[in-house]
Amino acid sequence: MAKSIDVSGVDIFYGTFKAVEDVSMTIEPRSVTAFIGPSGCGKSTVLRTLNRMHEVIPGARVEGKILLDGEDIYGSNVDPVNVRRTIGMVFQKPNPFPTMSIYDNVIAGLKLAGHTRRTKTDEVVEKSLRAANLWEEVKDRLGKPGAGLSGGQQQRLCIARAIAVEPQVLLMDEPCSALDPISTLAIEDLISDLKDRYTIVIVTHNMQQAARVSDRTAFFNLNGTGQPGRLVEMDDTQKIFSNPSNKRTEDYITGRFG
Amino acid sequence: MAVSAEPRTGVPTPGPSLRGRTLPTYALPGFAVAAVLLTLLLWATTGFAGRAGFVVFALLLFVALQTLVSFGVEGRRQAVNRLFTTLVTVAFLIALTPLVLIVWYTVKEGAGAISDHFLTHSMFRVDPSEPGGGIYHAIVGTLIQTALATVIAAPLGVLAAIYLVEYGAGRRFARAVSFFVDVMTGVPSIVAGLFIYAFWILALGFQKSGFAGSLALLILMLPVIIRSTEEMLKIVPNDLREASYALGVPKWRTILRVVLPTAIGGIVTGIMLGVARIMGETAPLLLLVGINQRIEFNPFAGTAEQVPQESLPTFIFEQFQLAAGNTDSEPFQRAWGAALVLIVIIGLLSAVARLIARFARVRG
Repeated sequence: MAKSIDVSGVDIFYGTFKAVEDVSMTIEPRSVTAFIGPSGCGKSTVLRTLNRMHEVIPGARVEGKILLDGEDIYGSNVDPVNVRRTIGMVFQKPNPFPTMSIYDNVIAGLKLAGHTRRTKTDEVVEKSLRAANLWEEVKDRLGKPGAGLSGGQQQRLCIARAIAVEPQVLLMDEPCSALDPISTLAIEDLISDLKDRYTIVIVTHNMQQAARVSDRTAFFNLNGTGQPGRLVEMDDTQKIFSNPSNKRTEDYITGRFG
Repeated sequence: MAVSAEPRTGVPTPGPSLRGRTLPTYALPGFAVAAVLLTLLLWATTGFAGRAGFVVFALLLFVALQTLVSFGVEGRRQAVNRLFTTLVTVAFLIALTPLVLIVWYTVKEGAGAISDHFLTHSMFRVDPSEPGGGIYHAIVGTLIQTALATVIAAPLGVLAAIYLVEYGAGRRFARAVSFFVDVMTGVPSIVAGLFIYAFWILALGFQKSGFAGSLALLILMLPVIIRSTEEMLKIVPNDLREASYALGVPKWRTILRVVLPTAIGGIVTGIMLGVARIMGETAPLLLLVGINQRIEFNPFAGTAEQVPQESLPTFIFEQFQLAAGNTDSEPFQRAWGAALVLIVIIGLLSAVARLIARFARVRG
């Protein structure tokens, strides 16, 4: 079910500004890949190009190739809507739909994308909420608004919503940065559960988190303000955090970043 | 634990105290009474006279008293605070006064005219100078004409706003449309009436009718709806659109199922603003519809045998003309009665719109 992603020679632009330059990497299926690096280095930008969310911003474009199991997601007759159905995303700020109940939030992807068979939705809701470790907390109030949950619960609701459409890949853009340590732990546990079935890419500012949850880590950096961000190094997480091959990675990880 | 065990009394900490001297709570009404009494004294002993002068003088005296005493007792910061609190409150009251007066005066003048008969009968075969007759035909006309204008303008306006915010954002065409919408907001109602007269009646050869009036009303209503819907769509967080896109939901469905439901309360309020704006419009209706004494449900009626619909604003205008300044006359009574009914209808519609907006979304 999970698919691999091959990125080769990707440049990303906002209008005329080149935000990211020459990124090539392979993201393994059924594993967690972490993107780390200082603010503004383009790691979120790279993440958003993986499911074509980048182009939602006016003037944004991508050059290079991104292959999902060998298929170019920027190919000429590829529908970005289908790409996003295959590659789900969880955002930094929990963003449940305020007009919908918990139940409707979970099936929002199915319902809005227009293919539901009414009989199956109850199943999907329970399965997705269980997968997101939220079922026990909300099973008695599925009809209540999703916005009434706590921040951590909202974020798990968003994860349930993302996996309800059964994507192949799950992208997470700093999913814990707005959460307290206990909710963060719940999400990290969830990530380890989910990686058996999904390819997961997570952007994080928290290096302990990257070390805890990921199998592979990519370090991004930029040479200076106004310069494009670059992929410095990508390797097994253990190697990156114990014996990185690049001096700049080591400086960043040990806190000697200047 | 150890901290709370320490004795509370002891050497007072050095440095400025947190407490300052304050005026007692009864000071404020005290100043007001003093200001009024002083002004009364002044009015009794000197040549000053007049009610308006009395109010202004007493008010100024109150502000001065309060500010000076507060300055002396409480210090500069508190005095300035009190001064501005008073100024803001007075400005609020002044702004509220005409509104309250209009409602109060309309109720006072109009309530006497309202009766079952008045609300359920037309002016057909009624001598305007005699008692009797009613505004049923005008209510029917106003409701039908406004409903027609709203039914056309609301979807058109909401769709135009969706284009401006969701599809056209930043494009030159959208900016131009946005600019013209602003200009249209300021179009005088008589100009909208003249335009429809030239276009619908002179160029296309249609007769005067309730529908022609609706067309002019919809021109007046459209920019109000577009502008308010635009503002409402703009404040829907982009997060929600992105969340929906990321689930593989197409853009049109995202707008329909996520963006519009989130903004629906504001959109309905905007449409109601538009309705309230046009319901009392008189000039285009005088030009395009005319005056009728009979009940006419057909907004397209407009021939020699079938005179176009009456409406409340034109009824009020007509009755005021007939009254010719005589405040005891029947037409004068009827005009105020119709004005009161118009205000009540607008108020009711606003209340209904608020209820709809409240129940249209899930609450927390």
